[in-house]
Amino acid sequence: MTQALIDLGDYIASAAPNEVLNTEIGVGGLSVWTRSASLLRLMTLLRDDSNCQFKVLVTVTAVDYPDREERFELVYCLLSLKHNQRITVKLATDEANPVPSVVSIFPSANWYEREVWDLYGVLFSDHPDLRRILTDYGFEGHPLRKDFPLTGYVEVRYDEEQKRVVYEPVKLVQDFRTFDFMSPWEGMTRQGPAVGLPGDEKANVQNEGKA
Amino acid sequence: MAEMTIKPMTLNFGPQHPAAHGVLRLVLEMDGEVIERADPHIGLLHRGTEKLIEYKTYLQAVPYFDRLDYVSPMCQEHAYALAVEKLLGLEVPARAQYIRVLFSEVTRILNHLLNITTFALDVGAMTPLLWGFEEREKLMEFYERVSGARLHSAYFRPGGVHQDLPAGIADDMLAWIESFPKIIDDIESLLTENRIFKQRTVDIGVISAAEAQAWGFSGPSLRASDVAWDLRKSQPYDAYADMDFDVVIGKTGDCYARYLVRMEEMRQSLKIMRQAIEKMPSGPIKSLDRKVSPPKRGEMKQSMEALIHHFKLYTEGYHVPAGETYAAVEAPKGEFGVFIVADGSNRPYRCHIRAPGYPFLAAMDFLCKGHMLADSVAILGSLDIVFGEIDR
Repeated sequence: MTQALIDLGDYIASAAPNEVLNTEIGVGGLSVWTRSASLLRLMTLLRDDSNCQFKVLVTVTAVDYPDREERFELVYCLLSLKHNQRITVKLATDEANPVPSVVSIFPSANWYEREVWDLYGVLFSDHPDLRRILTDYGFEGHPLRKDFPLTGYVEVRYDEEQKRVVYEPVKLVQDFRTFDFMSPWEGMTRQGPAVGLPGDEKANVQNEGKA
Repeated sequence: MAEMTIKPMTLNFGPQHPAAHGVLRLVLEMDGEVIERADPHIGLLHRGTEKLIEYKTYLQAVPYFDRLDYVSPMCQEHAYALAVEKLLGLEVPARAQYIRVLFSEVTRILNHLLNITTFALDVGAMTPLLWGFEEREKLMEFYERVSGARLHSAYFRPGGVHQDLPAGIADDMLAWIESFPKIIDDIESLLTENRIFKQRTVDIGVISAAEAQAWGFSGPSLRASDVAWDLRKSQPYDAYADMDFDVVIGKTGDCYARYLVRMEEMRQSLKIMRQAIEKMPSGPIKSLDRKVSPPKRGEMKQSMEALIHHFKLYTEGYHVPAGETYAAVEAPKGEFGVFIVADGSNRPYRCHIRAPGYPFLAAMDFLCKGHMLADSVAILGSLDIVFGEIDR
């Protein structure tokens, strides 16, 4: 299985040398990195080439890494029924530069791209109908971004006096519970003694005050 | 009589309509009674599951999967468990694999019974629903006996299943497997050759093999278009490789073919259930790796280490090594996939859920165009739409 994936990765890299940046094989199988400008050419090749035949676009999603310069990683999962093979195509992008839409190649991408736009705010150029899909009518923000709070910003309720649903800022009756899952044992092994244990910084502050 | 021009009409179907199978708002642009464009508005049941999972430990995320497609809960836990096990590199004991296969098939019958009978109800047949739901009740009793819950079971967990089968359940299941084909025959006698049912479903919502692939179809809806593709056969997971069953395909790709495929799949599921019960080995039902799966309660009374493991697993949870993976199962509706990005902590960095119903509904416009208004109900029913998984 792994050898077949390595061969497939080499084949795709040689068939599209200008489109493929890098191929990786990990626990999730084969992934091919590309860039926005060459996405359409690579996807067409993957769908039509007789050694690939990836006719089914299984899903499109994104992952947000706010620390990176291009913060979003787009993930296209493809499936070939003929060769019984899966592959993921990846590319990095940010919120300003649109990614070409693959709706013309895979019609099922229509809703997946709308979902990525809705939840992450990644723009797709040449998309026939780029509206929000999962969130409320008139919703603002992109909820799956890491800087969007879990509770959101607005909540709705039915107002008996106005006889309609009203939007209000979120009020929590109880503080949002975040737990410090850093365990002293694993903290020591994972980060090395230089970092120390969580809470050490408080002890050090006290000592400085005394001295 | 003078000729009149009728304005194209926009019709709101749902969000509260018994044939919308939940909370679908379908905006239809009509030319008389012919649909020119169908625009499904989804998201009325959006609960932010993917966001919530990012804030939960790996074990706490399991119950969210029951609440996606709430008529086939265990299959979705299965996909999640497989994804986490893949990231952990965890071996699942053979008995756990067989129990999972057994209950995946129970889930498939549960789902198909609901779909076929409500689909029949949508197109005018009432009786199958009453017969089917009686059998669903019996199956949900099996759910209850293993997990304590009829619907939201949280039974399949990364590393195995939560508890072993209770005494006597295997015999009761075998007895049920004996009795159920009679019910399938009864339902079939009401629908398969029924003139009204055939008028409503044959040649309605036809999709060819190539179109079904382009639209991302999977499961019975893809197989009804003459594509022999079943993840249980082509990419077998758990103990499916040892099972002997046939992949059911339809030839015409219309609503009637999708119904026939589901009917026959129930019989195949019975075959798999019987094999799973008969071949089931003895042994542990969850991984013995104590850094992932909790110890038995009896052990905790005796062993300090077991107590510590229990405490750590239910507070901090286990850490999953960094990496990303996509794991898919053949859920009753189609390919249900989970894409997890792990960053080495005890919580998933990102968990994307690939619901089979999502591309089906995206193809509604394609399938409904040119059909009559009443056909949209038949198409929707035959696609097996449940909004828990589509809206997530």
